[in-house]
Amino acid sequence: MEYEKIPAEKFRFVQENEKLHDKELQTKARGFFADAMIRFGKNKSSVIATWILLALALFSIISPIISPYSIWDKDQIYLNYAPYIPGIADSGLGIFDGARTLNSQNETSMNFWRGISEETGRNPVIRTLGEHETTVRDHGRDVVRTTYDIEVNFYYAKGILYRTLTYEEFDKIQAWQNETGIQVIYPYVEQKDINGISDNPNIWYKVNSKGAAQLDANGNFIPMYSTRTEIQGREYNSIRIPSDPGNYIYSYAKSGAVQCRVCYYNYYIYLNGHEPMFIMGTNAMGQDIFCGIGVGARFSILFAIFVSAINLTIGAVYGALQGYYGGWVDMLLDRISDILSGVPFVVVTTLFQLHLAKRVGIVPSFLFAFVLTGWIGMAALTRRQFYRFKGQEFILAARTLGASDWRLMFKHIFPNGIGSIITSCALVIPGVIGSETSMTYLGIVDLSSFAGTTIGTLLSQGNAVVTTAPHAVLYPSIFLGLLMICFNLFGNGLRDAFNPTTRGVDD
Amino acid sequence: MFKYALQRIFYMFFVFMIITFMSFVLIRMLPLPALAPNDPHTEILEIRREALGYNKPYLEQFWIFIRGIVTKWDWGTSEKLYIGRDVWQVFVEKLPASMIVNFYSILWTIPVGIAFGIAAALKKNTWVDYTISTLTMVVISVPSFVYAFLIQYLLCFKWRLFPFVMKAGTDYFSWDMFVSIVPPILALSFGVIAGFCRTTRAELTEVLTSEFMLLARTKGLTKTQATVRHALRNCFVVVVPAIFGEFIGIIGGSLIIERIFSIPGVGNLTINAINGLDYNIFMLSTCFYTAIGLAAGLVVDISYGFIDPRIRMGSKK
Repeated sequence: MEYEKIPAEKFRFVQENEKLHDKELQTKARGFFADAMIRFGKNKSSVIATWILLALALFSIISPIISPYSIWDKDQIYLNYAPYIPGIADSGLGIFDGARTLNSQNETSMNFWRGISEETGRNPVIRTLGEHETTVRDHGRDVVRTTYDIEVNFYYAKGILYRTLTYEEFDKIQAWQNETGIQVIYPYVEQKDINGISDNPNIWYKVNSKGAAQLDANGNFIPMYSTRTEIQGREYNSIRIPSDPGNYIYSYAKSGAVQCRVCYYNYYIYLNGHEPMFIMGTNAMGQDIFCGIGVGARFSILFAIFVSAINLTIGAVYGALQGYYGGWVDMLLDRISDILSGVPFVVVTTLFQLHLAKRVGIVPSFLFAFVLTGWIGMAALTRRQFYRFKGQEFILAARTLGASDWRLMFKHIFPNGIGSIITSCALVIPGVIGSETSMTYLGIVDLSSFAGTTIGTLLSQGNAVVTTAPHAVLYPSIFLGLLMICFNLFGNGLRDAFNPTTRGVDD
Repeated sequence: MFKYALQRIFYMFFVFMIITFMSFVLIRMLPLPALAPNDPHTEILEIRREALGYNKPYLEQFWIFIRGIVTKWDWGTSEKLYIGRDVWQVFVEKLPASMIVNFYSILWTIPVGIAFGIAAALKKNTWVDYTISTLTMVVISVPSFVYAFLIQYLLCFKWRLFPFVMKAGTDYFSWDMFVSIVPPILALSFGVIAGFCRTTRAELTEVLTSEFMLLARTKGLTKTQATVRHALRNCFVVVVPAIFGEFIGIIGGSLIIERIFSIPGVGNLTINAINGLDYNIFMLSTCFYTAIGLAAGLVVDISYGFIDPRIRMGSKK
């Protein structure tokens, strides 16, 4: 082929009348955050953790709404009672029935439960778990004694209480009884008729001096109700118990008021307008734990986010100054943070509480305690990022173009390190929640007047009664454990997503 | 190296003094607790306060405080919890209980933690690794008191294996005492195991993939030889300082675990002092915890230099 003599007309311009463009990118542009989110989505455990986390957050929002109680409702009688929902308790599934197991119940106790059941119509004994027969030698004879292990619904088992009511209230309850048909006030029993027993309003039948029921020949209780002739009380024109011949008296006049025997469960309905419903039981203060966890968690999470945001800001600025200027500024600031990080957190919290709680309030002084030392980790991280980037060419280029120090710091260097800074913030939140719970658990900070309760306070109250009411510590523990695990998984996921190179370094 | 250590110790002392001074002033600024009017100690305590210069400027008070410590090891007198008793004596009585629980706990947890970490790193990306890593993550996330409750409920209440609270008395090495402190030991152990497991795993994973391991294998070492002689040694550069730090932490005890299991240790004393507003005990606790924290950091840093000669501490670039 001849290359040298190609005729001119064989040549033509490639783009005689058109402009030359780069080809437009067909793929969609993907930013830094979008990229990180896609990586995050691929991490299954973190995604699951995020969903659980959202569920827990949702729980903390709606549980105080679902619960018929507010955190300020404190029942005086139902303390440390097990979970109870009336509808489910009746179904006999064995859950939410307010049950507590009582072992070795002898004849006297069993009659006592029967007495409550017969009088109020609410049987506290849910089921019998076991029966033990022991032979005891008594007065030279072998006597067989039977004891029972039973599960008792403690809400019913409270039975009857003495209550001193004003005349107006007494009349109001009567009117309410007539309206609803639920009996609150039961016939009065004089202490002299029941062998002088003064501390047990549940005894309405003939007993011996030890409080053991004395039954008649058919094994029935012998009622010892007071009659009109013996004592004077307030006029009663409401529901009468079935065996009432018409002369039983329902109240006992006492200096301008009346003392009555009141079935607490029904009295509770009268007071609150509904049956007791404690989905996770009650704590030592008579608060609903279900509501308490929600209220406490809401406070913890908001507080932790707030603290993290403040610490992030302070730490970022501080670390930026340290890292950017270096030299003696770095030295000086480093010494300050060294000193602050040496103070134990308990000491900081205590001193802030003692000095500031009265002046600025408990929560702000608690916040200050977190802020005083909390930013140090963030500052160190930011400082490292600044040292990494500040010597690079793009900074030199920006500086040559005349960018100010401030602009260099927050427009050019900071965005490069933002991934690791954000992710460490996600790991700071569970740390704050943990410390906050510890401090409220130890009682160094008492937030119950502000927040109602906190998880730490719930745990501390539950810890005191772990043998009798394990539910009081169980549910807050589970919630806290789940919350912490999920926050950590979420944080780890974020870290892996933003810094793919550190994946799996310490998870 | 030696010079660097000295420098660091001096610096630590400096930081310690500043923190002590700040806490001292803040504590002295608080209103003094009222003394019981008819108590025989009241007069003595008032004279004590006068001698300690409670009405003088803070700097002078601090000077009296420091002078008392340096010359007579006098940390003040308890004014609320143990009226009239020397604070240091009370404190020293409480130390063994804290130490014994922590000591037993780290005695078995450090080896176990490291073993788990090694297992996870060697079997990386198998079910062994996944199980260990997941458990580690869970244990590290969950605060220690949650499993303390679990232990208390299951072991002490449900199965009745151990008593609820630590046995009273000072026979710290008797069998009964040991049995009574098993629950707090366990409660403290999980966190330590998980911590060491995580550190060891992370470090060993990194070492195992480095190039000198490849060299060791190419020159004819078996996998075990290479791991034990080269990988483990290098991984311990990070792990051993952590062990030292943990040992310093022994004396500190744990505030929460001591609370839950009623251990009569320094942690409990501190909390009681805070709630009972016994400022002199609180001051001593503050100094104590600050010193432990700083010392642990210092020991970790310096031990790096001793363990691994490649790390030149404090040298100019």
